[in-house]
Amino acid sequence: MGKTLAEKIWQEHVVRSAQGEPDLIYIDLHLIHEVTSPQAFDGLRLAGRPVHRPDLTIATEDHNTPTLNIDQPIADPVSKLQVDTLRKNCAEFGVRLHSLGDIDQGIVHVVGPQLGLTQPGMTIVCGDSHTSTHGAFGALAFGIGTSEVEHVLATQTLPLVRPKTMAINVEGILKPGVSSKDIILAIIAKIGTGGGQGYVLEYRGSAIRALSMESRMTVCNMSIEAGARAGLIAPDEKTFEYIKGKPHAPKNWDEAVSYWSTLFTDKDATFDAEININAEELAPFVTWGTNPGQGAPLNSNVPDPSAIADPEARGAAERALVYMDLKAGTPLKNIVIDTVFLGSCTNGRIEDLRVAADVLKGKKISKSLRMLVVPGSARVRLQAESEGLDKVFIDAGAEWRQAGCSMCLGMNPDQLAVGERSASTSNRNFEGRQGKGGRTHLVSPLVAAATAIRGTLSSPADL
Amino acid sequence: MEKFVTHVGTALPLRRSNVDTDQIIPAVYLKRVTRSGFEDGLFAAWRKDPEFILNKEEFKSASILVAGVDFGTGSSREHAVWALQNYGFKVIISSRFADIFRGNSAKGGLLTIIVPQKDVETLWSAVEANPALPITVNLDARTVSFGSTTIAFEIDDYTRWRLMEGLDDIGLTLKSLDSIDKFEKSRPSFKPTTKTLNH
Ligand code: SF4
Repeated sequence: MGKTLAEKIWQEHVVRSAQGEPDLIYIDLHLIHEVTSPQAFDGLRLAGRPVHRPDLTIATEDHNTPTLNIDQPIADPVSKLQVDTLRKNCAEFGVRLHSLGDIDQGIVHVVGPQLGLTQPGMTIVCGDSHTSTHGAFGALAFGIGTSEVEHVLATQTLPLVRPKTMAINVEGILKPGVSSKDIILAIIAKIGTGGGQGYVLEYRGSAIRALSMESRMTVCNMSIEAGARAGLIAPDEKTFEYIKGKPHAPKNWDEAVSYWSTLFTDKDATFDAEININAEELAPFVTWGTNPGQGAPLNSNVPDPSAIADPEARGAAERALVYMDLKAGTPLKNIVIDTVFLGSCTNGRIEDLRVAADVLKGKKISKSLRMLVVPGSARVRLQAESEGLDKVFIDAGAEWRQAGCSMCLGMNPDQLAVGERSASTSNRNFEGRQGKGGRTHLVSPLVAAATAIRGTLSSPADL
Repeated sequence: MEKFVTHVGTALPLRRSNVDTDQIIPAVYLKRVTRSGFEDGLFAAWRKDPEFILNKEEFKSASILVAGVDFGTGSSREHAVWALQNYGFKVIISSRFADIFRGNSAKGGLLTIIVPQKDVETLWSAVEANPALPITVNLDARTVSFGSTTIAFEIDDYTRWRLMEGLDDIGLTLKSLDSIDKFEKSRPSFKPTTKTLNH
């Protein structure tokens, strides 16, 4: 019988397997950042263990880094300590690090692909749940905890239980104004935040193949929001084209491509579960609640919890509406926004900035809100500046910042104030995620830009 | 890691589903570079509310957390496990956990138990009626019992064995260094390294 893509990659990486035990899986690339690594390095030091393969390890500073005045020392002493600890650890253990100010610094999931380190058929891990992003290249990539970070540092392997596989077939042509962010938000609303649990999701179908590499990364990025540790898309010509010429693209290119070309799910393979989505029916999607599964088409209304049959889901919806200060039945388009955040490892790549700039060109953002535009990496920033996108944002009245995670999570100075409401292109709308008491609506870059102009949740079609 | 065989304690009924790791420990508390001292951050936002269950005197010494479905979703932060442990929790019971959280818990010796939602409800009612109710978790027998009720749970043999022996994963894996060596020799040469540029 044929194999799924996930099974093929898995099988290629089994170092050891034994009945009744997890498989020991080899890790091709380990990405590191300042938040989830200090205790892991500490563990190594205590046990007197070296990093087994520093040459398969790379670090960047992203979560704590400020997006203003980056030439000055980090003002928050605790953030500074975490960043300094990473620098010290990388120097001591021989790990390559891209520090704030370095041209290759940026969000860890933007940096890997941009360096060409993310390639098909690899196993990639990082102490960060959005490692699923790299699945867009046909790599088995997933987030791990700090103990696992230490395990990978020490052994370059992980004991893992083989996940189940789920096919998500997205067929048809997207309507104009509908983007990959809307695809994934619609998938999560359909299967729920636990729907993908225990599975690797393989996104398939004509609508997925039609997406650019960066749009595919947006889809895979949010696999974790459906509960899945990893998302996958089979590599194709677009994938190879994207990697070609990148700093770490393989030198023996033809050999690599001929291997990569074997990485697809066989026709006669079976998935443990399968979901079908009709791309033609999708519309711009936004979240109204406090988990990424609580989303709805922008043209609809805030749902009425009393109409939800499942008592758990009903209770969650009721609590979410209280936290979000929303009334059932309110048209989503009437929701007034204070802050628009364009950025993050979900939507902080050059294409995201381009589509948003396209909407904002020659227009002004609403006087009633602020807009932060935060490129995903220093290189994305430079690329955007070379295309004049920074001018478009600044002329429209937005703030143009330095690269990093920024307002995606409240760790650096970019935060929502209590009660403030954002339209954010990031991936999590949890209570307080963007700052204590802040309220988040997840949106696509197109919706973010249109919302910035109108001041209420909007799509470019409303302009 | 401490060995886990049985635990007797009282329980905290957390009637909430989708408790994500940003709620268990908000990001601002993640800046420590040690593994201890995270108890202050546990459910920090919710604890501001004096009515929040963790603030109730009768539940202050609970060591077993009984939560709604999809506990531990979201960020991979292991700090969530440390916060729960630092606070004094030894066992979390829910009808479904997020994968990464469950994995992290097993690494740190925090036992996560999956039981059907109806058993979660039974536990909630029993504990709400009597917060001092002693609850026994027996990993050897794979049961949770209180009063005359016994609930069986499933856990894979390997994780159970590791927890019961208090074994550290890294030490176990390092016994397979030979296999790792051998595997490394067979890796294709086109796989990238972070040290050498290929252009
Ligand atoms: S941008 Fe947000 S989701 Fe992505 S790595 Fe940074 S904090 Fe995590």
